[in-house]
Amino acid sequence: MSKSFELPENYNKWTKGLIGAGLIALLYGFIAFHPFEHAGHGENVNSTRFWAVLLQNSVFFLLITNASMFFIGVTTLAMGGWQVALKRVPEAISSVVPVLGIITLVILLSIVWGGRTDIFHWIDPELYNPASPKFDKILNGKKGFLNPVFFTVWSILTVFLWWFIGQKMRSFSLQSDANGPMDYETGKKWINKNILWASLFIVFFGLSVGSTIPWLWIMSIDAHWYSTMFSWYTFASSFVAGMSLIAIYIVFLKNKGQLEYVTDEHLHDIGKFMFAFSVFWTYLWFSQYMLIWYANIPEETGYFKIRLTGPFSGIFFLNLVINFLSPLLIFMKKSAKRNWTLVTIMAVLIIFGHWIDFWQMVMPGTVANHAALMPFEFGIAALFVGIIMWRVGVFLSSHPMTAKNHPFLKESIIHHT
Amino acid sequence: MAGGIKKFVVGCFEDEAVLFPAVKNVRRAGYKIHDVYTPFPVHGLDHAMGLRETSLHTAGFIYGITGTTTALTCISWIFTKDWPLNIGGKPHFALPAWIPITFELTVLFAAVGMVLTFCYLCQLSPFVKKHHFHPRATDDLFVMAIECTEKTNEAEVTAFLEKAGAIEINTQNAETGWWIGRYDKVQKLYAETEKGY
Repeated sequence: MSKSFELPENYNKWTKGLIGAGLIALLYGFIAFHPFEHAGHGENVNSTRFWAVLLQNSVFFLLITNASMFFIGVTTLAMGGWQVALKRVPEAISSVVPVLGIITLVILLSIVWGGRTDIFHWIDPELYNPASPKFDKILNGKKGFLNPVFFTVWSILTVFLWWFIGQKMRSFSLQSDANGPMDYETGKKWINKNILWASLFIVFFGLSVGSTIPWLWIMSIDAHWYSTMFSWYTFASSFVAGMSLIAIYIVFLKNKGQLEYVTDEHLHDIGKFMFAFSVFWTYLWFSQYMLIWYANIPEETGYFKIRLTGPFSGIFFLNLVINFLSPLLIFMKKSAKRNWTLVTIMAVLIIFGHWIDFWQMVMPGTVANHAALMPFEFGIAALFVGIIMWRVGVFLSSHPMTAKNHPFLKESIIHHT
Repeated sequence: MAGGIKKFVVGCFEDEAVLFPAVKNVRRAGYKIHDVYTPFPVHGLDHAMGLRETSLHTAGFIYGITGTTTALTCISWIFTKDWPLNIGGKPHFALPAWIPITFELTVLFAAVGMVLTFCYLCQLSPFVKKHHFHPRATDDLFVMAIECTEKTNEAEVTAFLEKAGAIEINTQNAETGWWIGRYDKVQKLYAETEKGY
């Protein structure tokens, strides 16, 4: 396994094709949607749509790739052994974070510093001027958190730390390949080093994805509305899609004769994660919905009113069908989670479902009735999928596929669920 | 009480690493394994013994959907037909408010149903007794009971188990089913052969 993996011709073709299609969509957007025309809410819908779609896709794909590092972090902290045989896959996926992170930052900062009040209503300085007729008491109260400077600083710091700690974790793993087998003492030291950095990552992950980042990047579209569950909900969405992405890559690599130690047992555990976190996502979705429905306070129900009535209602329920009912019923059986074809189908479905979920988080508050699921939307998604495929391919083809000196490798080889 | 008295050759193993090949070899030699008793759940042993996959989860699923339907029909009947109440101006058919109860009843039915089914399948119940092939099976010993049919040569099985790594082998005439009563009247074996049990 020391020789590196050569990417199949088809993979490269698809990567180039998706990026190409995405760039055409982006170019089309630049020409047709006049993205740099200034517009208030609902005035220049095409330009709003351009930025809303970019925001949705960049945040979604950044979060699902970053979920891979979260997976490595939690399994490291839990002293997990079973995932070692497939650990290079989440490592490869998390190596996309710096690239997508920079793209996301460019998009977010263009929105915030480009004064796009149609996306983020709260960046309008008039709202905080008591003399102005636009003065907004509620947003004025949120000024300490929801302001462009804090948004910028915190976003940059977040992406930097995701990249930096993730890079550390990946480098430990890659160093272990070069250093040869570890004896007991070295192994212990190496594991402890991993645990230290994994815990730093998890703590910061809690401060970013677990709380502030979804508030800033997505929830602030509906700036008056807030839900303390929103970040957990977003996290669950991105984590289950992230596990699905890992599953797709495992099936792909296994088909190509790689990942020699990965068996049905490992796929079964990945499938359990996909199943369990689909249910967890539903739990958070429902808890958020029911409390707001029950309390029936106008400033809270507004968020669901626009989604439940009018053009979004179909997507709203489709979201539940794809992300809850289908994993629950199809993935419940043990044999389903050990079926490589079915896992692939479910993984694609779940990623698509959560992409739709992010779509319905972003669109109602920005483009409202003019939201679309047209070639432009899918083209931009293809661009991001292509970028992920490209970076993951680079990582996989330049590093050994199995962390062969990991002290827990044997535990993974004999793993039995 | 079902089953009747049968004769068994019982082999005791100290290590699951010895037990696994022993189970495989005993099966390959064509002996009939009555059961293997282990101090803790051993992963993959059911597979090695050739037991079929349990249907307990199918039963669990059925209990679960029974709970779901019970909760939904019961609550909807109460709140829409039997005793409609105006609660906070909500519609009588207030589905979101019922989901937590529905969930709880699903879990309750599935859990209680599965526990009872499990006890039934394992013939476990208060006051119901079953023969223990070795008291250390609940402590630190892996105990394999091989049923003697008319074709089985006892001495041969004993030799076979010895070769397979059993540390203790004996022959027992034991009741295969359950009974209600006391151990001391039926189970004399350990009282006679081994002091301290």
